[in-house]
Amino acid sequence: MSARNGKVAPAAFPPPVDSPEEFVKSGLDPEDELIEVGVAIVGGGTAGLACANRLLQLLSDDPETLERLGEVPVAVIEKAKTCGGHNLSGAVMRPGPLEELFGELTREQWREEGFAFGEVKKEAIYLLPNGRTKLRIPPPPPQRNHGNEVISVSALARYQQRRAEEAGAYILTETSATKLIVQDGRVVGVRSGDKGRGKDGEPLGNFEPGTDIKAQATVLAEGCWGSITGAAIREFDLADGREPQVWELGVKEVWKVAKPLDRVIHTLAGWPLRIPAKYHQIGGSWIYPMKDEKTGEDLVSIGFVIDLDYADATTSAHDLLQQFKTHPLVRDILAGGERVAWGAKAIPAGGYWAMPKLTMPGALLVGDSGGMVNLAALKGVHYAIKSGMLAAESIYAALRRGESSFESYEEAVEESIIGKDLWEQRNTRQPFSKGLILGGPLINLMIATKGRFPGGRWPLHRNDAQPMFVGPAKDNYPKPDGKYIFDKLSSVFISGNATRDDAPNHIRIQKHVPREIAETWRWMCPAGVYEIPDDAPEHGEVDVIVNYTNCVQCGAITAKGGRLTTPEGGDGPLYQVL
Amino acid sequence: MANILVYALHYDGAINKNSLGAVSEGAKLAAELGGEAHAILLGENVPEDLAASLGRYGAKKVLVAEGPEGLAQPLVDAMAAAIRDGGYGYAIFGGGLLGFEIGAGLAARLGAGVAMEVTAVRAEGGELIAERPILGDSAISEIKYRSEVGIVIGRLNAFEIRESGDGDAPVEKLSFELSPHASQATMVTRGEQRGADVDIEGASILVAGGRGLGKAEGFELCEDLAKAFGSNSAVAATRAVVDAGWYPYAAQIGQTGKTVAPKLYLAAGISGAIQHKVGMQASENIVAINKDANAPIFEFSDLGVVGDLNKILPKLTEAVKAKKAS
Amino acid sequence: MKICVLVKEVPDAAVEKRIDPSTGRMDRSGEKNLNPYDTHAIEAAMQIKEGGVVPVEEIIAVTMGPDSAVRALHKAVSLGADRSVHLSDPVLAGSDVAATGYALAKTIERESPDIVLLGQQSDDGECYTIGAVVAEHLGMPSLTQVIKMDVDGDALRCERQAEYGYDTVQIKLPAVISVGDAINEPRYPSLKAIMGAKKKPLATVTATEVEIDAGKVGGENSAARWVAAKAPPAKADGEIIEDEDTGETVEKIVAWLDERKLI
Repeated sequence: MSARNGKVAPAAFPPPVDSPEEFVKSGLDPEDELIEVGVAIVGGGTAGLACANRLLQLLSDDPETLERLGEVPVAVIEKAKTCGGHNLSGAVMRPGPLEELFGELTREQWREEGFAFGEVKKEAIYLLPNGRTKLRIPPPPPQRNHGNEVISVSALARYQQRRAEEAGAYILTETSATKLIVQDGRVVGVRSGDKGRGKDGEPLGNFEPGTDIKAQATVLAEGCWGSITGAAIREFDLADGREPQVWELGVKEVWKVAKPLDRVIHTLAGWPLRIPAKYHQIGGSWIYPMKDEKTGEDLVSIGFVIDLDYADATTSAHDLLQQFKTHPLVRDILAGGERVAWGAKAIPAGGYWAMPKLTMPGALLVGDSGGMVNLAALKGVHYAIKSGMLAAESIYAALRRGESSFESYEEAVEESIIGKDLWEQRNTRQPFSKGLILGGPLINLMIATKGRFPGGRWPLHRNDAQPMFVGPAKDNYPKPDGKYIFDKLSSVFISGNATRDDAPNHIRIQKHVPREIAETWRWMCPAGVYEIPDDAPEHGEVDVIVNYTNCVQCGAITAKGGRLTTPEGGDGPLYQVL
Repeated sequence: MANILVYALHYDGAINKNSLGAVSEGAKLAAELGGEAHAILLGENVPEDLAASLGRYGAKKVLVAEGPEGLAQPLVDAMAAAIRDGGYGYAIFGGGLLGFEIGAGLAARLGAGVAMEVTAVRAEGGELIAERPILGDSAISEIKYRSEVGIVIGRLNAFEIRESGDGDAPVEKLSFELSPHASQATMVTRGEQRGADVDIEGASILVAGGRGLGKAEGFELCEDLAKAFGSNSAVAATRAVVDAGWYPYAAQIGQTGKTVAPKLYLAAGISGAIQHKVGMQASENIVAINKDANAPIFEFSDLGVVGDLNKILPKLTEAVKAKKAS
Repeated sequence: MKICVLVKEVPDAAVEKRIDPSTGRMDRSGEKNLNPYDTHAIEAAMQIKEGGVVPVEEIIAVTMGPDSAVRALHKAVSLGADRSVHLSDPVLAGSDVAATGYALAKTIERESPDIVLLGQQSDDGECYTIGAVVAEHLGMPSLTQVIKMDVDGDALRCERQAEYGYDTVQIKLPAVISVGDAINEPRYPSLKAIMGAKKKPLATVTATEVEIDAGKVGGENSAARWVAAKAPPAKADGEIIEDEDTGETVEKIVAWLDERKLI
């Protein structure tokens, strides 16, 4: 244990959690105690609901197969109060897959329904050399957005939920799934979470234990980091021969603005990130215009994303977003406006080489759970929809034929736009580990040659293996003023976070660690969950206070040395337009 | 009709403070309408001098009805009878749990319009307009009555107590009939005290402590100050210190605790983060003591003191005691 | 014994509330949930049923609201109600607390319940003590702020919170009881109960079916009417004192408090 401001990696302090033991259940409860469904979808986000939507479309024309799925053909298990409550993304979406899913809807109808906010007509990409000036650069091909649509995934999920319910799905909101149930080497369902436990996990007066949900097919759609997905990957060796998954953390705000923005804007690396390679600060931002058809308001979605590979413990995505807002480019856009939403979410960033095997006996992975995000193009929403649809098609085909294997899904994904795009971008991120100066040109080369040169397979290393030091990143963070620059607590407040005061602590973390690690967690967390006592020593080991009721379940802690386990259903934020 | 009937709650030989406020307000409004405010008391052998004392707050007459104390429905009967015979245009209730219940029942009995959680009333064009906060206190809505009788139910501590300078008022016995359902409830024990419970919602002065107190024992400073302020004060706490076990959950104020609107909210060692602010922002007077000049609480406090609460609180307690004694 | 529980759908506490500019009323689109106070009422009904002191033949959840209000009924049923009744009619839109209480009373009347339970207030701050209104129309005794309730023969022995402490009141049945949140800790519904809720009987009734006089309900007929909404008075900037001489500081504080008659 180093006492100097030296290199300590969070991986040296693994969280107290035993994944297979805690998250995998062997065998089902007796028949009369469990619930039986046809297809269980864990996660009511973009991918999970797309799977439900598509599956019900297919089943509506096939009463025989529908009957084989029993009384509850499709059940979606969602831990938030409503689908969309925990969903967050930029987002500029490629329209294809959604048009395919709901063929009868026009783009105009998307906007009337309230989840879409306009087609991208203009765009600009900037490199910010400092806090005052900007350099415009031409958009690299994967980032061209003309024709795409600005959407809100939390609003889209609400729409998808409605469609799924109308088509006959059971959407079980405020329900968490805490265990994967495996029998004879096959996934036979999931177990829902307990309710009514206290701070230390003890059962309270109104304790209600979870229930086993038995399913013929289980779809894991947990998003950027799901406990069950992690357990499944370990249980079935789905990460064998793959690079470890890595993540980025995005913090987003939505603003009501005085004058409408006319273009989609991205910034790449540059200010306020630090260029020298030792900081390993890679990231960027987005600013998207949103026209709300229902209220006529002009909104703007603005976010900052940072690679969790950084080495300076005082790196804070939330504060970097606040700092970014002080640039004249942003001030011009947000002037006279009002913040109406805030949220945070981690994004899987490993690309092709980090994607796990997507199928296992009885179950499969869709969307972010399967690592299907193209970071070079900042796209993942349309892949989530597409993978949900492909999963539905594979499951339907298997059920129809009375087969039990969903392996056809793996190939279907590989052959689809998901596989093709991610293959092209497979090495476009790794060079960033060499820093922007050295890495940048390599990345451009890869993009220009669609991945052919330099080829090969570039390794990724785990985010928590990065040795941390307490650096000067925090020195430039602006002070909150409650009107334009916001602190973490008031941001958590407007996320709608309403976690029960005596809810059990869902965060696993070592409570006594070197200061560098404690500072890493403290600055990283956008919700201010981790604090260090005022009287802790400057160097050496310190205690970590965990204010877990602030947690907005972004998932970043799992990447950087802790573990976000499934909280009680119904807890957490209630994102509406994020 | 320009006359106003004001409900007054009495207990243990004294009139409830909120009722005194309602009588004061009723008197002021009645004068503006060119009428009179009368008060009404119901109980078993209500002392005449207690009833008469309401004259000092502006009541021109006090009606006393005989009936079971502490229950709402007998008052609905009594007030309905009084309103029918006495030609009152408005009935005012000075916040208080029974007041809400009686007012609502009376509205149903008379088919009258009722406004609840009223924070202000004004006379305009010969009628009364009530104001109440809505949308979490972020806006105020104005309410007009279209019925013959209008009912105003004030928020806790909404109406200021004002002595009108008049002497005792004449007391008149009111006879009325108890409706069948009003006699179905019987009071078995009234006003049982349960020491452990903290009634922070009813207190008119709250001394609240936060993390700045430093340790659980810091709450002794708050308790001493609350005691110095007297009987209608209590100690409250922020979520952070309740979580840390420094003070009970019953005293928690904020997003997940209680919401209060006392006359005075004195915050010691509290930063004023929004999760706490939403629970107390409607307080009439906010005084904050914090050693951090940048604490957000100073942005919305009426009086902010930047300093060490460990030095200030004990001295303040002594000074308040001295002032009260003089 | 038959118990009716009145429930209401309210906007989720986390949803930002605002006024709909076109109607001048609160914008009620957006997430809605069963009023948290009502879950305590359902729990109280369940505890009477499970208590075994008196046989409870059924617990009926009743609500008044637009189509989406059925969700509140499903939730009530998943928590234990046997069936539900949904009063839904365009003439009721915009009803204030008095009109709503009247409408609900007409709906419950037909069920002849022994006990009517409801939550003390609704989370949207609209309906305090609607129980008193319902009781008045039903001609039943009523009690609010009840935090303990036991069946005692043909009556209920209740404890309720009052200004001066706790009152114990004996109230003969049939009665309307509004419960406070301190009365119990509501149970969580099991997944089986949640999934089975949609199968329980749900009757939808209109105003005419329950003999509601349309002239007494609806926004147009409210006896107390919103006429305007305005911003609250801007708070004057506060004073700041930097403590240098604590004795002096304290004198200033006392003077400030005295000025405002707070001592």
